[in-house]
Amino acid sequence: MREEYKIIELQPERLVDTAMRLKRDLYRLVQICAVRIESGYELTYSFAKEYEFLNYRLVINEDVVVTSISGVFETAFLYENEMKDLFGVNIDLINLDYKGNLYRIEKPTPYKE
Amino acid sequence: MGNRSIVPFGPQHPVLPEPIHLDLVVEDEKVVEAIPSIGFIHRGLEHIVKKKDFNDYVYVAERVCGICSFMHGMSYCEAVERVMDVDIPERAKYLRTIWCEMSRIHSHMLWLGLLADAFGFESLFYQCWRMREKILDMFEMSTGGRVIFSVNKVGGVLRDMDHEMLSNFIKQFDDMEKDIIELTNVFLEDYTVNTRLRDVGILTKEQGLELGVVGPMMRASGIAFDTRKLKYAAYEWIDVEPVVATEGDCYARTYVRIKEIFQAFDIIRQAVKQIPDGEIAIKAKGMPNGEAFVRVEQPRGEAIYYVKGNGTKFLDRFRVRTPTFANIPSLLETTKGAQLADVPILILTIDPCISCTER
Repeated sequence: MREEYKIIELQPERLVDTAMRLKRDLYRLVQICAVRIESGYELTYSFAKEYEFLNYRLVINEDVVVTSISGVFETAFLYENEMKDLFGVNIDLINLDYKGNLYRIEKPTPYKE
Repeated sequence: MGNRSIVPFGPQHPVLPEPIHLDLVVEDEKVVEAIPSIGFIHRGLEHIVKKKDFNDYVYVAERVCGICSFMHGMSYCEAVERVMDVDIPERAKYLRTIWCEMSRIHSHMLWLGLLADAFGFESLFYQCWRMREKILDMFEMSTGGRVIFSVNKVGGVLRDMDHEMLSNFIKQFDDMEKDIIELTNVFLEDYTVNTRLRDVGILTKEQGLELGVVGPMMRASGIAFDTRKLKYAAYEWIDVEPVVATEGDCYARTYVRIKEIFQAFDIIRQAVKQIPDGEIAIKAKGMPNGEAFVRVEQPRGEAIYYVKGNGTKFLDRFRVRTPTFANIPSLLETTKGAQLADVPILILTIDPCISCTER
C-alpha cells in the first residue's frame, strides 16, 4: 500500500491566497522543493493536515518573482532561502532573508545549471 | 529592561558535535531571540543525482547522514520504486522494517547518551552508549557494516537475515530491554535529571502545529502523528500507535524517545513473528520516468523524499526534507524566554542532525 497525494497546478499570483486558505484550514507547511527545468523552475509547495498530503505546483520562467509565503507560514523562510541560494529562484519579501548566505557555498546558485 | 547583549553559540560547541550557529540575544541571562546560521557542511549531495546512475545513487543517499543512513537509503529506494511502479517482495519489506526499527533504537540510545553528557551525568552517558554498541554489533552481523550498511537496492534488499539470526536478535533484545528499563528510569525519575528537564523549553500543541514541528518533538507536545501509520515498508501489517506526551517540555521529549525505544522492540518482535519466506529482491526493469513523494518516520521525525526521473539512468531531481530542517523554527521559538544555561539542553532535545539538514 502506498500513500496517496495530490499535485495541483497553481498560478504564482494565487500562491499567497492559497497559503492563507490552507493556514485557515489548519494545514502545516511540510516542504518546498525547486526543480530546474528548461524554461525556468518547477516549485512544489507541500502541505499536510494530519495524514492528508497536498502539493501545489508552480511552473515559472526564470525571471518571474515569487512572493514569499513566510508571512503566512513563518517556517517557509528556510525553504525559500534554500531555493534562492541553490537555484537562484527570485523570491521577494522573505521574513528572514539570508541574501544568499544560508549555505556557505563558494559558487552562487550551483543548482541553477 | 536588563542588559542586552549577543552571545554566539556554536558552530563548535561541546554539547553538539555538528556545526550550527545561533546568535542568542540575551537580556541578563534570559534569551529573548535566537537567529540561526547553518551551511557549514553543505555538500550538495542532492545535485550528484544528475551525474550518477540512479542505482548507484543509493550509496550516496545513505551517506546523507551516519545515524539514519539506512533510512535514507531505503526511502530513496522507495521513492524510485514508486516512480517505476515496482512492488518489492514482502520479505524485503519486513527486513527493511526491522533495520529501520534497529536504527531507531540506536539513534535514540545515542541521543540519550548525548543528553546525559550535556547535563553532566557522565556515567549515564557511558551506559547509554554501551547499550547502543550491542545494536551496532547486530548491524554488523546482519549487514557487515556498523554505520553505513549498503543493504538497500532499488527492488528490495541485498542481504537476508535467517531464522537463527532473527531468533538470536530477539533474545538479545529481551536482555537489552531489561537493562534499558533500568537505565531509562534514571532519566525519568532521578531528581537532578528532572530539575534540568522539567518545564524547560515548553512548546505547546498550538505552537507545534503553527511551526510545523515533526517527530518526537511534535508528539511530546501532544500531537498524535506518526508517519509509520502511512504504511511504507511493512508497517501496513504492523500495529503501531504514536507515543504521545502533553507537557511539551524537555522531559516530555525525553519520555517520548524512551517509550519509542520499547515500541521499536515491540515492532521488531511483531515483524519477526510475521516475516514470510521468499525472495528479498526483484529486478526493477526500465528507467525511472515520472515523479514521486515518499514520507517516512526517521528517529528524528517525518522525512520527505522527492524523486523526479526523465526516462534515463540519471534523475532530474532528488530532494530530502529532513526532520531537523523542519524543527529549526520550533527550536528558535523554545529558546525565547529560556535561561542561557538551558540552551544546550534545549538544542539537544530537538535531536539535531546537521549533516542531514544540509545534505
